[in-house]
Amino acid sequence: MSKVIVVTSGKGGVGKTTSTASLGAALAQSGQRVCVVDFDVGLRNLDLVMGAERRVVFDFINVAQGDAKLPQALIRDKRIDTLSLLAASQTRDKDALTTEGVERVIGELRGMFDWIVCDSPAGIERGALLAMRYADQAIVVANPEVSSVRDSDRIIGLLDSKTMRAERGEQMEKRLLLTRFDPARSSSGEMLSIDDVLEILSIPLLGVIPESKEILRASNIGAPVTMNASGGPAGLAYQEAARRLAGEAVPVAIPDQKKTFFTRLFGRRAA
Amino acid sequence: MSLFSFLKSRSTAPVARERLQILLAHERVALGPRDLVTILRDELLATIARHIEFDPEKLTVKMDRAGAMSTLEIEVEIPSDKVGVGAQARASAA
Repeated sequence: MSKVIVVTSGKGGVGKTTSTASLGAALAQSGQRVCVVDFDVGLRNLDLVMGAERRVVFDFINVAQGDAKLPQALIRDKRIDTLSLLAASQTRDKDALTTEGVERVIGELRGMFDWIVCDSPAGIERGALLAMRYADQAIVVANPEVSSVRDSDRIIGLLDSKTMRAERGEQMEKRLLLTRFDPARSSSGEMLSIDDVLEILSIPLLGVIPESKEILRASNIGAPVTMNASGGPAGLAYQEAARRLAGEAVPVAIPDQKKTFFTRLFGRRAA
Repeated sequence: MSLFSFLKSRSTAPVARERLQILLAHERVALGPRDLVTILRDELLATIARHIEFDPEKLTVKMDRAGAMSTLEIEVEIPSDKVGVGAQARASAA
């Protein structure tokens, strides 16, 4: 049974593309067949984060419009052979993607992969609605910051009303992925806590990704943090989130909590 | 004294939390009937479940808008052994 997951947030820049790439790679490493799909027509970036930007020949729109066959457009990852990418179009306008086209392509992907992870564009417009429309589950990516949490709340409302599942009266499973979390700043009261965000959004937690230098390093070289052993705490947190996604009961470890006291102490002295 | 005021000024997260809670409570209602019905359903379920044991599937909440009048229809089916007599509570509010 294949699963279609949408990675969404409303707000831009919170880590949707990074999370799609990292979770997709982690799921594929466990031997499952995974396709990551870029829905951000006109501003594609998943190809770049995955290190496949020079291998895009055909894209999602070519397939949706019948100009190319799906296997021609799928880019197989050179490091993990169960991982594929379907890139978005860089040149066409964003209205080139139709509901019917998306439905057909998602249907075809379901027959080829165990997981289809859809990277949603920011906003609440057509592209974001198309990305969530045929999903079975949603990952809501948020930063512990007021504007991101507010936009996530809007997106949760849309997931409950504008998707196929919602229209059929079925439950849309939604889980929160809290990214760029800084445990030291949170425990000193400078940043919303994990519990604050969970209470406000009232959806279950998929994972907490700590703020990490490894994320930028990973996108610089086009290799998701979960692909190498030196992924650091963020890589580990994504690995664990992927295991939870696959149904394993992995407790959420709050990163770096032991350091908190010292960080606070030194932080105050320095200030 | 100065240490306390320094600590206080760094704790901005509670302010963020409170502002969000107030804002989202308003925005969720303003989003439209579909979301409002979901919220009402959840709150009604919690209230009824506190007093009577019943099947959550047997609660229907409907909201209709026709012209100048809106109707909220709540139908709860309560198992007869829970209240003694076969009962169906029905409430309509205009």
